[in-house]
Amino acid sequence: MNQIHRHILFTTIIGALIIMAFLSGKLIPDAAAAVNISQKNLAPSLQHLFGTDWLGRDLFCRTLKGLSTSLTVGVTASLISAVIATLIGIAAAMGSKIIDSLISWLIDLVMGIPHIILLILISFACGRGLKGLLIGIAATHWTSLARLVRAEVLQLRSQQYIAVSRKLGKSNRWILTHHMLPHLFPQILVGVILLFPHAIIHEAAISFLGYGLPPEQPAIGIILSESTKYLSSGVWWPAIFPGLTLIIIVLLVDRLGDHLKLLLNPHTAQEQEDTH
Amino acid sequence: MIEIISKQILKIILLLLAVSVIAFTLVTLSPVDPVQQYLLGAGAVSPAQRVQLEAYWGVNAPPLQRYLNWLCALLRGDLGTSLIYRRPVMDIIAERFSNSFALMMCAWLFTGIFGSVLGCIMGMYKDKMPDRIIKKLCYILCSTPTFWLGLIILLLFSVWLRWFPIGFSTPIGMLNSDVSIWQRLYHLFLPALTLSLVSFGNIALHTRQKLIDVLNSEYILFARARGESDRTLLLRHGLRNTLLPALTLQFASFAELFGGSVLAETIFSYPGLGSAVSAAGLNSDVPLLLGITLFSALFVAIGNLIANILYGIIDPQIGKGAGL
Repeated sequence: MNQIHRHILFTTIIGALIIMAFLSGKLIPDAAAAVNISQKNLAPSLQHLFGTDWLGRDLFCRTLKGLSTSLTVGVTASLISAVIATLIGIAAAMGSKIIDSLISWLIDLVMGIPHIILLILISFACGRGLKGLLIGIAATHWTSLARLVRAEVLQLRSQQYIAVSRKLGKSNRWILTHHMLPHLFPQILVGVILLFPHAIIHEAAISFLGYGLPPEQPAIGIILSESTKYLSSGVWWPAIFPGLTLIIIVLLVDRLGDHLKLLLNPHTAQEQEDTH
Repeated sequence: MIEIISKQILKIILLLLAVSVIAFTLVTLSPVDPVQQYLLGAGAVSPAQRVQLEAYWGVNAPPLQRYLNWLCALLRGDLGTSLIYRRPVMDIIAERFSNSFALMMCAWLFTGIFGSVLGCIMGMYKDKMPDRIIKKLCYILCSTPTFWLGLIILLLFSVWLRWFPIGFSTPIGMLNSDVSIWQRLYHLFLPALTLSLVSFGNIALHTRQKLIDVLNSEYILFARARGESDRTLLLRHGLRNTLLPALTLQFASFAELFGGSVLAETIFSYPGLGSAVSAAGLNSDVPLLLGITLFSALFVAIGNLIANILYGIIDPQIGKGAGL
């Protein structure tokens, strides 16, 4: 089995695992994580793998449901971010000098406010809830990908085949859609996947602080924020297991991004192999 | 040099102005009614008094005028009065920042020292056992949410082992003036540990890469040929070439530091700026929220400024170019 086959195998396995986590959260009926006061604060056992919380809800089901919410929010926000990043990155590279410096100033501006503070502000502007969360995460995560796209387009623009294409009388738009975008697509795809863990972690953090999803929604941040109230009385399982599950998903997605990067971009495969 | 720095300061002022516009626009968009929020804490008020209050605050004025009023007050050093603490925002920021600053600097030092030491160990033992283990650890810590790590540390050290207090910056029931520096450090330790654990991975991986690059260079080969031992190689050549870039990276990471402190302070009920901004947003305390946002942007900008100046010192090529 050569390197490529190995990467394809890993990508498939990890992808399947993530999709399974997502689907199981969607497919578990609400009744499985329903309130059941007679079974509150039970330690982990075979019936309740992760134990139960202060309202007797099964934490394993609630964690899986929360995970699928997190994945949905993460995917949506990263996709919006990627679209913003692509548009802005291309505009910076193709536009005039003024647009370019304006955009790099804008990036400095967004990076100049700590993400959490900006997320709090945006969530506050939208009156909290899912909408504020999505807008907030999308609006704070595009900067690094935009820089990457800009650098990539600038490099492409100086390539000979682009110059030939231009001499042949092709318009800017034609060159963009036929030469640049196909080349950019894999980079953006990998960029999105690597954005994704940040998006999930920020989603959980902001829900934890009380700004994101409403408390009745199963979300990892909310489970963890509820767990803090019972921590001092020795109820440790609502804090540990949901958090561990989140980290495992984040690590899996990170790995997926790395394998895809190696698959899609053979040039950097050698050096990447070295750092991981 | 002075010309470059003054140019940078001008840039910071422009940036802060833009941050103030963005922050003000965002809070203006909010569906929360500030008068209603203010009255929640003030008890029963007749409609006439309410109208009077609205007129006094100028809530119904156009947003641009309100912004200019706020900006003029800001330039005079007046950020308004906080709704939840009922005190001038300036005082709260000053008081809480001293707490946060102590926390962030401890975490910052921890991160820098541990990060460089571990980075050097990884670089020296490249691809051997210590390198692999620490590298895995760094990657895992980089993917760990700050608030979860905080919870685990709280659970481990405060609930199970009972070594450290559950929260706050001073023992409960003591006057601020009676608290000794050791008690402060004792309360500061866990939040600082949390903050540094999530951020040291970056600096360690950076130092590792830098050190490997240095050790692969030809002057190291020559030094080895001269018979220098690993230890002197590291001390004479390795550290000099890795520490300063690491330091710049550290200064450039003030944004993550501040963001992390919001979460760490909330978990450990530490009375710093971070827990204040979270409370301000949840309780719709607009003046405090705006004040802290501006302040955090200033904090990040100063970190970046120092990083830029250090870049200039380390690399004379950048220092001479006007680009910076």
